[in-house]
Amino acid sequence: MNRKAFLALLARDAHVARRNLGPLILQTFLQPLLFVFIFGRVMVGSGYMPAAYKSLLLPGIMAISMVFTGVWAVAMPLIGEFQFTHEIEDRLLAPIDISWVAIEKVVAGLIQALVAGLTVIPLAWIILRPGLELHVANPLLFATITLLVAGFSACGGLALGCSVDQQHIGLMFSMVMTPMIFFGCTYYPWSALSKFPILEKIVLINPLVYASEGLRATLVPQFPHLWLPLILVALTTFDILLLVLGLRQFRNKAVS
Amino acid sequence: MYTFDSESSLAIGAWGASWELSHMDLAIRTRDLRKIYNSPPPAAAGRTGFFTQSGGKKSRDQKQQITALDGINLDVAPGQIFGLLGPNGAGKSTTVGILTTRVRPTSGTAWIGPHDVWREQIAAKLQIGVVAQRPNLDFSLTAREILLFHGAYFGLSSHERAERANALLRRFKLTDRADQLVRGFSGGMMQRMSIARAMMHDPQVLFLDEPSVGLDPQTRLLLWEIIREYNQKGRTILLTTHNMEEADTLCQQLAIIDHGRIIAQGMPAELKASIPGGYLLRLRFGHHSAPLLERLATLAGVTEVRPDGDSAADLYASRGGSLIAEIANAAAALSVDLSDVHISEPSLENLFLHHTGRSLRE
Repeated sequence: MNRKAFLALLARDAHVARRNLGPLILQTFLQPLLFVFIFGRVMVGSGYMPAAYKSLLLPGIMAISMVFTGVWAVAMPLIGEFQFTHEIEDRLLAPIDISWVAIEKVVAGLIQALVAGLTVIPLAWIILRPGLELHVANPLLFATITLLVAGFSACGGLALGCSVDQQHIGLMFSMVMTPMIFFGCTYYPWSALSKFPILEKIVLINPLVYASEGLRATLVPQFPHLWLPLILVALTTFDILLLVLGLRQFRNKAVS
Repeated sequence: MYTFDSESSLAIGAWGASWELSHMDLAIRTRDLRKIYNSPPPAAAGRTGFFTQSGGKKSRDQKQQITALDGINLDVAPGQIFGLLGPNGAGKSTTVGILTTRVRPTSGTAWIGPHDVWREQIAAKLQIGVVAQRPNLDFSLTAREILLFHGAYFGLSSHERAERANALLRRFKLTDRADQLVRGFSGGMMQRMSIARAMMHDPQVLFLDEPSVGLDPQTRLLLWEIIREYNQKGRTILLTTHNMEEADTLCQQLAIIDHGRIIAQGMPAELKASIPGGYLLRLRFGHHSAPLLERLATLAGVTEVRPDGDSAADLYASRGGSLIAEIANAAAALSVDLSDVHISEPSLENLFLHHTGRSLRE
């Protein structure tokens, strides 16, 4: 691998992200914070939700923010650059194997997803306190799970971005992202599905379930969550699968 | 001059020390390049191509295959301005695509200097600069940033990057717009910018795919001047064009390409001289006859007479205007109406017509 070229590609993405910082912040944080405010503050404050819901909600919101940010940061530029502006061509001609151009996108998306996820915690804490009870007993586990979730979102962005046509972006969000979020155990724990035995099994194909349950396991372990080893294995598997699939799709798109 | 010794050193310059085989002296070489698309080719890689009926039971389910290249052999010596001339869809962009790692050949081999483009992609990419047919500038960056980041991809030091970017912006008359986002640039400015970017890492071989399409005459002249200047530094340039004037005045060597095959190759003057007679007289009659065509073929200086339907004929000859009276007399003697005569001097257009029976402009 040509390290200099890889770092230059990363520097380019960082430069563009800095230039678009304002819109990027709004796009990343506005929706999750509104959600936190309405469900965590208004609904709990008015007595429609129990106080414990605050703590239960936060990991789910963090998972949504990370996944949205990672997918958006990788998929949207790729869709536009391959099909519309062809901007990526200059980077494909850089003296580096083209797979590394894709991996650079994944790394850039992963960093953005991490920043988004880690920023949601203090922001939500400001809105939700008092009554928010976070217990990070094992920082290494927290770091591992957060990294795996960020990786899954960026790799997912690569796979989607190289598989979806420009005219189907809207469909991608309504057909893939929305069901994934609602069936992703984000607003409720997986244990809440115990009364829906079929749904309980089906949602396990949704990688977001492992992301939200994983973050729940490390941030609010006092609530029931999926078995931790299963979470770790599932997240790792999804990361690898989506990366391999994404790289294959990327190479197909880059070379005709 | 630099040498290229290993992957890690981002040396940008002449070929490495291994010159054992004679073909390694060439800047660009292809052998029997073929490309068959199973789906429509991307816009820049040949818009139309031609269709082949794929026979047999197996292929019935397959989509229609498009043969874009059908055995292309090119030898381009270093330091040449080499032109690929042909109509749209002839296979020019596909050839450039294969040589620049963007299109995978179905079979055949392509080399940039000593490097097999598909086996040593990174080494090949270090030697080339590419200007694509469609604009592909980085819309999120300013003109200067585009050059600086491009230089960074190729491992130039920050000092070198800044210096080269300044020089190129000046040379391409873009200094006053250097710090604006390129998304607001006009087509001509974007084209200049693309070429500046391709020259940023000072590549040994520069590919220009239809560089002057859509440029005003003034910008076209600036572009030709810059291409010649770059060539004088000893760099090789391969450009594609369907503009005969461009091919004629700019290129030292030409390959004329049609339907994925090279139909003629050589220096422009040589190619023009190779047309029998050189002059082309396109004649229209009320209705011509075999005795008339036989008579025309015996006129002094006429090398070939090709009937074109019942009422037209192309006549290749070593002289032009002085033949008209004799043609008119011959027609009158056989009571055939001569309704139109068009004379063209030796040109690449005539060459193309001679080989394909079609005009380049069609």
